[in-house]
Amino acid sequence: MVAFVRTQDAPVAPPPANMTGAWAAAKQKFFPTPLSSVAGVIIAALVAWVVWTLIDWAVIRAVWSAPDRELCNAEGAGACWPYAFARFHQFIYGFYPVEERWRVNIVFLLGALSLAALLIPSIPRKGLSALFFFVIYPVLTGILFVGGMFGLTYVETTQWGGLMVTLVLSVTSMVASVPLGILLALGRRSTMPIVSLLSTIFIEVVRGVPLVLVLFMAVNMFPLFMPPGVNPDKLLIVIIGMALFAAAYMAEIIRGGLQAIPKGQYEGAQAVGLSYWKMMGLIVMPQVIKIVIPSIVNHFISLFKDTSLVTVVSILDLLGVVQSSFNDAKWASAQTGNTGYFLLAVVYWLFCFGMSRYSQFIERKLATGHKR
Amino acid sequence: MKTFKTLALASVFGLSAMATASASTLDDVKAKGFVQCGVSQGLIGFSNPYDQNNWTGLDVDFCKAVAAAVFGDATKVKFSPLNAKERFTALQSGSIDVLSRNSTWTMSRDTTLGLSFAGVTYYDGQGFMVPTKLGVKSALELGGASVCTQTGTTTELNLADYFKANKMEYKIVAFEKNEEVLKAYQEGRCDVFTTDQSGLYAEVLKFPNPADHMVLPEIISKEPLGPVVRQGDAQWFNIVKWTYYALLNAEELGVTQANVEEMKGSANPEIQRLLGVKVKNPDGTEADNDFGKGIGLGADWAVNIVKGVGNYSEVFERNLAQLKIARGKNALWNQGGLQYAPPIR
Repeated sequence: MVAFVRTQDAPVAPPPANMTGAWAAAKQKFFPTPLSSVAGVIIAALVAWVVWTLIDWAVIRAVWSAPDRELCNAEGAGACWPYAFARFHQFIYGFYPVEERWRVNIVFLLGALSLAALLIPSIPRKGLSALFFFVIYPVLTGILFVGGMFGLTYVETTQWGGLMVTLVLSVTSMVASVPLGILLALGRRSTMPIVSLLSTIFIEVVRGVPLVLVLFMAVNMFPLFMPPGVNPDKLLIVIIGMALFAAAYMAEIIRGGLQAIPKGQYEGAQAVGLSYWKMMGLIVMPQVIKIVIPSIVNHFISLFKDTSLVTVVSILDLLGVVQSSFNDAKWASAQTGNTGYFLLAVVYWLFCFGMSRYSQFIERKLATGHKR
Repeated sequence: MKTFKTLALASVFGLSAMATASASTLDDVKAKGFVQCGVSQGLIGFSNPYDQNNWTGLDVDFCKAVAAAVFGDATKVKFSPLNAKERFTALQSGSIDVLSRNSTWTMSRDTTLGLSFAGVTYYDGQGFMVPTKLGVKSALELGGASVCTQTGTTTELNLADYFKANKMEYKIVAFEKNEEVLKAYQEGRCDVFTTDQSGLYAEVLKFPNPADHMVLPEIISKEPLGPVVRQGDAQWFNIVKWTYYALLNAEELGVTQANVEEMKGSANPEIQRLLGVKVKNPDGTEADNDFGKGIGLGADWAVNIVKGVGNYSEVFERNLAQLKIARGKNALWNQGGLQYAPPIR
């Protein structure tokens, strides 16, 4: 016999009083157990202390306007911002002639616009944007930066500096490293022995030596082997060196992606009669790139920061130009160095964080179900 | 493949300056139209990028003087910032024409690198800084002091030699980096801070209270800093050397940037020779005083130098006086210093 059958839902009881409201939510999130409560409070206090110290130094105690070092050197003074303002243009353009800096601005602006057109998915005509960014833009940049034609004054690369050089170095090596890396990765996995051997040798040799050493050798030893009077352009050597270096690492990233593609994909592609390049271009590479995006961006971020190594060969990139300004008798003070380094950290962080966020966005967009 | 290689090479060198190779640095320099000068990436008073696109400093001004001697225009010079490791290779490989980068003249550098030092534009040496409240007036009173210095530098060795020679006790507080040394000194972890004297003057600028510290007069090591050129080009070596001597001679004779034109009318034969003024001898012959000929330059080479940067004293004042560096050993020989130039005649 069925003694009792519920015919309707039991009335919903309200949650216990100590589980509702903002306080309960906060308690559950931040103070679930006594141990984590204590840890949380300590960490919060630490964070607050660090943030407060930073704000105190960078804003409250900071010197905002001063004709020279005197005020910045006063007891208890914080960040020396007038120094950064005075040197701001040099941090961006280096020693680029003042009256020619509009050329750099145009390149920056075009770069930002075309990059936006290329990277923001909702903007149509990706093919055109890509054509502009990868073919026309580099040529245009070269013409505008170097000059010497179309009535532009010639500006030699020794006058370049600051953020401009950092961006030239990093963007060039990033853009060049992807196709080179793909070719090297395919070469390494190729069944043709010579191609495979050469690719492997290149990748392993480049990965086996420190970048600093490569830069130093290229800039200082290379000219010794040249006939006297031939002085290959320092920045050009460095750009080529960094691009090849980046390509070797990129090749291994791509190879990792290639290995993650199931054999069935290759066989399927071959079964429908696709040639090698069509198989790679249409079937394999799109999947590979999707898989390796986090690694690629990780590599780009480290590459962006690695460009600061060119200071060892006395190319005044962003880091170099800021560092060299510390020893200006007009601004040398106890806080000048700190201010410069703080500024550097902010700028580098902004760029790297931007790259990181964009890659997460693209990952989400390309996610088609089989998340790893 | 061969075409590819040629193309690759051409593209590598395409953008670079293709100076024609020749034995004479002077011809090279004249052909390209400027002096390429290696300087420090940033050293207070010696070489610094300025707010605008210019470089300033004693080392920088010396290169400007060389450019003035060659071209009659002190602006025809380009600066390559170099770090300590690459400075000599840059000179050897010919990427620069003259190295003016606070380089110490030592025997090994002078004899084994294929380079020649052309003179001593600044006599530096290791000195001591102490807090004023210590009341110390001389380094000889530093017995028992604790000294902050960098590890593994000649500074540390010089220090040991000096205290040993003077039979004084001392305690070394050594750090890896200069910033750490400075911090330790400012925090009072040691009584004395030691490094090159020009460095002491530069660092005290960054102290919150410069007046509380003083640099002791003693210099315990020899750090003669001067311009360097490649060996094997006597003419260029002479140009650089005599540019330096012209700066000194101009100071000695009272020729300054401001009065150089009127000094051309001076009756002092030494000034006439320095400035290359044609004069009539009492016997009716003409002395053309063209000493620039000997180094492949015009008779007005020294006039150009002084017009371009001033005499040695003016260069010194402009760059080092703001650091409160006294002339000291860098005064002229007839004022108790070491700066001495052979006569022009």
